[in-house]
Amino acid sequence: MGKAIRVAYGEAVAKLGHTNDKIVVLDADLSGATQSKYFKKEFPDRFYNVGIAEENLMGVAAGFAYQGFIPFASTFAVFGTGRAFEIVRNQIAYVNLNVKLALTHSGISVGEDGGSHQSVEDISLMRSLPNMTVIVPCDSIETEKAVNAAAKFIGPVYLRLARPAVEDITNPDDKFEIGKALTLVDGNDACIIACGLMVSRALEAAKELKTSGIDTAVINMHTIKPIDKETILKYNSKCKVIITAEEHSVIGGLGSAVAEVIAGTNGSKFAMVGIEDKFGHSGNPDKLFEEYGLTKENIIKKVKENL
Amino acid sequence: MDYKEKAKELRRDIIKMLYLAKSGHPGGSLSELEILIALYYEVMKIDPKNPEKEDRDLFVLSKGHACPGLYAVFADKGYFPKDDLWTLRKADSKLQGHPDSHKTKGIDVNTGSLGQGASVSVGLALAAKRKNLGQKVYCLLGDGECQEGLVWEAAMSASHYKLDNLTFILDNNGLQIDGTNDEVMSLGNIKSKFESFGFKTFEVDGHNVDEIVKALKENVSGQPKFILAHTVKGKGVSFMENNVGWHGKAPNEEEYNLAIKELS
Repeated sequence: MGKAIRVAYGEAVAKLGHTNDKIVVLDADLSGATQSKYFKKEFPDRFYNVGIAEENLMGVAAGFAYQGFIPFASTFAVFGTGRAFEIVRNQIAYVNLNVKLALTHSGISVGEDGGSHQSVEDISLMRSLPNMTVIVPCDSIETEKAVNAAAKFIGPVYLRLARPAVEDITNPDDKFEIGKALTLVDGNDACIIACGLMVSRALEAAKELKTSGIDTAVINMHTIKPIDKETILKYNSKCKVIITAEEHSVIGGLGSAVAEVIAGTNGSKFAMVGIEDKFGHSGNPDKLFEEYGLTKENIIKKVKENL
Repeated sequence: MDYKEKAKELRRDIIKMLYLAKSGHPGGSLSELEILIALYYEVMKIDPKNPEKEDRDLFVLSKGHACPGLYAVFADKGYFPKDDLWTLRKADSKLQGHPDSHKTKGIDVNTGSLGQGASVSVGLALAAKRKNLGQKVYCLLGDGECQEGLVWEAAMSASHYKLDNLTFILDNNGLQIDGTNDEVMSLGNIKSKFESFGFKTFEVDGHNVDEIVKALKENVSGQPKFILAHTVKGKGVSFMENNVGWHGKAPNEEEYNLAIKELS
């Protein structure tokens, strides 16, 4: 098992602090959970806890960005994108400020804490904001690269970070570029475009499909916005079916973003694997993934149905 | 210095801007004017020729809808030509309906959605401490705006971080869109509220520039400052004064002429 994505974030931003003194980290009383505690330990005077006040977290982060700093603001995804939405909209996205929203505990993989803490709508919310970049790393290796890329990029970035430990599926020498999808497996019959924790399931599905003679590509779409249109259109014209897979509502997430690209193109057939307009609930994350159809089996089923 | 004539002149500019724009917010623009004069003519370290100077003092008009007052001051200070004022709210104008730091020289922070300026001010002041260039941050709040919870999240953090480089000023004109503060949502003893949040508080006549300047210049150490400025909404135009109806509408030709006459 690799490192948890949130731990990879905490370590990466703490490391970055050594080479970039413009970086400050803010949290809203969750530094032990978001793992911003690593930065706090290394740079206590560049770490700011605003208390349980997510709106103020985003406003204060904006203030730092106006003054030329690179603030990473951390809390849970449901609070950072939901409760603080309008501050993110008006003070960060609208002004195109250089704030990084490093929000953890996204999706139903939060598990036992239940539906109140599981964001199923956060990608949709952030993706709809002009100026906002949205990145969903799939493992700890990619998370470190995403944190570094976000820090270099000038403008607001939402890093959607998951809570659990996951297998590392990308390689340290894979190139990470914002807006450029990573083709993990090439294929000619079907194409699975996945992000976050669904990338590993997409790889497993493709492997199994291959044994039944269906040549399946897997695309790791780590940047949801700006979406890599070129890669999508390439597979849209060569494959008979495109399936998206995400740990997020099918309304407004990765699937919607891909659909927006291929709508009206007369290309592949298209279907989505994602959360079907429901909230989550308490439970073991693996069990929840099964219940919500976020599985290898469901991806395979959708591919076969549409071939 | 006596700013009576200057205030009249700027009030005429505000009325003319709104008359030409056919929309906007006269009440709060007129009530805040002496506070802006105190800040921009007497207190703040600014350079209109170099509006993004790294060590400048920063101003946040958290009650962003009252930007015509600020624009009038900016034109007079030379941030941009006075003729720009007459383009307010038009599609190709630098002067937006609410402050926009990208479009308008002199605007330090985008505001308009209430309560948020207070929060951003805290970030600015914390960052100012890090930068260590002696910057001070001033944030002007509306009284109705203090009904926003974010103001209090910001206030709590300003005091927690001992931001003695931050001053909140309250344009306490007593009115908001739907009526008086007390009719809509009572603020109670607003000064003691800020005091209990850890601010050093002051109380002034918000139309007396000398009093405002004196309070702004008071040295405070280890805690943020709060200045309760008693003002009259619509100040200077008899039919707008203390009249809820003049929060957010422009004068027609007759009203415009009447207002200009009163301010001459």
